[in-house]
Amino acid sequence: MLKVLVPAVLVAAGIAWVVTAPKSVAEDEFVAISGAEADRGEVIFTAAGCASCHHAPGAEGEARLVLAGGQAFPSPFGTFKAPNISPDPEHGIGGWEVRDLANALLHGVSPGGGHYYPAFPYTSYTHMADRDIVDLWAYLQTLPASSEPSVGHDVGFPFNIRRSLGGWKFLFLKDDWVMDGNDLGAELTRGRYLVEALGHCAECHTPRNALGGLDRGRWMAGAPDPSGKGTIPALTPDKLTWSETDIAYYLETGFTPEFDSAGGHMAKVVTNTAKLEAEDRAAIAAYLKALPVPGSPSTGY
Amino acid sequence: MKKFVAIVAATAILGGSSAIAQEYKNQIKARQGVMWTISLNLGTLGAMAKGEMEYDADKAAAAGRSIHGVSMVHLATLFPEGSDGGMNDGTTAKDTIFSDRAGFDEKWAALGTAAEKAAAEAGTGKEALGPVMGALGGTCKACHETYRIPQ
Ligand code: HEC
Ligand code: HEC
Repeated sequence: MLKVLVPAVLVAAGIAWVVTAPKSVAEDEFVAISGAEADRGEVIFTAAGCASCHHAPGAEGEARLVLAGGQAFPSPFGTFKAPNISPDPEHGIGGWEVRDLANALLHGVSPGGGHYYPAFPYTSYTHMADRDIVDLWAYLQTLPASSEPSVGHDVGFPFNIRRSLGGWKFLFLKDDWVMDGNDLGAELTRGRYLVEALGHCAECHTPRNALGGLDRGRWMAGAPDPSGKGTIPALTPDKLTWSETDIAYYLETGFTPEFDSAGGHMAKVVTNTAKLEAEDRAAIAAYLKALPVPGSPSTGY
Repeated sequence: MKKFVAIVAATAILGGSSAIAQEYKNQIKARQGVMWTISLNLGTLGAMAKGEMEYDADKAAAAGRSIHGVSMVHLATLFPEGSDGGMNDGTTAKDTIFSDRAGFDEKWAALGTAAEKAAAEAGTGKEALGPVMGALGGTCKACHETYRIPQ
């Protein structure tokens, strides 16, 4: 019996070790992309909402471009704190190379080879185009440095063991799109990129399963607010009945069709979407209107 | 009477955690009226800005003045301590209002400044509406970001 069991355990442990091992991009993959444009990077930065999480707690206006970190993100697994990602070489990511940023965004892996927690929404950023990462990197370097040290997370066992995140990623870090198909057309394809990759809208608007992974079967179906009371509304067309124009107007001004105004975390999202081109807001609206109604038989997911 | 005692007892048992809705009913109604008055008048300005309604200088000025008017109500009267959505039904006011009164008052004052401008400028021409709406909307968002529970 033991003869069978020991190898089985070893194999299982081996699989677990492989499954939980961090993935990374090839050494030369990003070096080859030349002519980085910081201006384009600023648009990516805005659409991806990096500042919303990485500015210092309570910062307003221009101070939101100082990515000193420190904001807390409560979750059922503990409270995560956003780190300093300003160009400071010691306390920020000034000593990084573009490849390190690519590994963080695409694979959720640190330069030291550790797994990041998914409170950093790399499950969305994993879809980012290489070109966009290079431009984003160029833009990040134009921002002011902050010497504020990053603060540690408040997370208990077993979630404080980063290696255990490998299994989580194996289950929930997917590189396929939720709205699949190659013939979506230019507007929906753009909308999908803005929503599923950069805007990480689903991180708030999609409910999570017991392990904290997004429930793709109820994509954008609304979710409880992780910070406590209240719910984050559904964005599927059965619930969000606004016209595409209304949705785009909300993303520009924060005003609902009834002229109520966006609040909570959405206020920050709107501050970002307001800065995008009108076509991008229209593309987001088109994507939302094209979402399947959860549970409807016509959908594959 | 017996029934009443039973209800009181049940309320006392349940009341520890569940919402007690009655005490601040009027304040909640009053402040929601203030918010809806702002929305309604923003609706007029917004419809004109978007071209859904023909620009009318008198109507636009009246909408701007209405918003300015309600921006002058005394906020503490409408938001007494304990009247938040954690303790009461039918309100999305967040308890951060009481833990950070000064911040809350400051956000309301910012609306006042934007509303004063709206009252002065909304009637001067259609092109004034965009900036007026932008400034007002910015103050709504800034406050709702921190002091309102998502629905
Ligand atoms: C929803 C909030 C959120 C958003 C949005 C977000 N981040 Fe983060 N980020 C975090 C958290 C939390 C961590 C810490 C993860 C960890 O320690 O495992 C983090 C970690 C990082 C790190 C690792 C820093 C280090 O010292 O190792 C980098 C780099 C980073 N983020 C860059 C970005 C960029 C670039 C964007 C925009 C494309 C972005 N983040 C958007 C929350 C966020
Ligand atoms: C950090 C969390 C978060 C992210 C990310 C987020 N939202 Fe929201 N969203 C919210 C919350 C909270 C509300 C409720 C706002 C309120 O209380 O006023 C909301 C409301 C909305 C509404 C209004 C729905 C209604 O019925 O009132 C729309 C539309 C919307 N979000 C679209 C988006 C889109 C598009 C994205 C991605 C670009 C996005 N959201 C990303 C948290 C988020």
